[in-house]
Amino acid sequence: MNCQHATQLMSESQERALLLPEKVGLKFHLMMCSGCKNFSVQLPFLSQVMKAYAQGQDEAPPTEPPK
Amino acid sequence: MDAQLREALGSELPDTSILSDTAFLSDLRRQMLRFATLQLSSSHTAEDAVQEALVGALKNAKAFAGRAALKTWVFAILRNKIADVLRHKQRTGDASSLLREPQEHEDFSELFDPKGHWQADERPAHWGNPHEALHQQQFWAVFEICLERLPGNQARVFMMKEFIELDATEICTAVGISTSNLNVMLHRARLRLRECLENNWFARGEH
Repeated sequence: MNCQHATQLMSESQERALLLPEKVGLKFHLMMCSGCKNFSVQLPFLSQVMKAYAQGQDEAPPTEPPK
Repeated sequence: MDAQLREALGSELPDTSILSDTAFLSDLRRQMLRFATLQLSSSHTAEDAVQEALVGALKNAKAFAGRAALKTWVFAILRNKIADVLRHKQRTGDASSLLREPQEHEDFSELFDPKGHWQADERPAHWGNPHEALHQQQFWAVFEICLERLPGNQARVFMMKEFIELDATEICTAVGISTSNLNVMLHRARLRLRECLENNWFARGEH
């Protein structure tokens, strides 16, 4: 499995359950690839950001003064 | 507030501080219109949906404590309206009009080498604790710019999934594309959005 395929599977896992061989292949790839491992954390974060945006959190007052 | 909206509200316009903030309201209306036009591919339908959502919410504006609550509320109404329009289009067989633009012809070569591994300068970096960004207003400005930079069709399906919260099957029937087509578009949208946030927020000054 290469990085393009791994990121594609991670993206699809947001829409469907991965098959067992896909999960296993992905897990092995992530153990060896720090870039894809970072991507695997960022993907659910993108979804959370979009949901926070939909809930108007971008209008919330800043919790700390601007630097 | 623009004349059209004032007219639609008529005498029912309550006198509250939110409603007298014309800059906030026209900015909100602009954001809603941009979002609705993107989702519906018809400025006329979008205009109607935004107008309805705004009028409905503003009639009850007294109930909202502050701008954030009002914005959340009007966007929730707008999302429901858009979901209704999309489902109606799907029932009446009008789905194909939604993705009118030609499919974006692009490959992944900017991000991956011919063997499908990350190009050296595109490999995702560690973002630390990204949730801290959610509390910073500048982050949201960057996020909006990154959303706007997505190609039209990618932005459309990504926001249908993550913002209107339709499931994959609903999106495919709503816009008349195959599952594999949708998967490719979502994959590209996520790669681009991630890259944009990393370059403009999480790795600022590290290049």
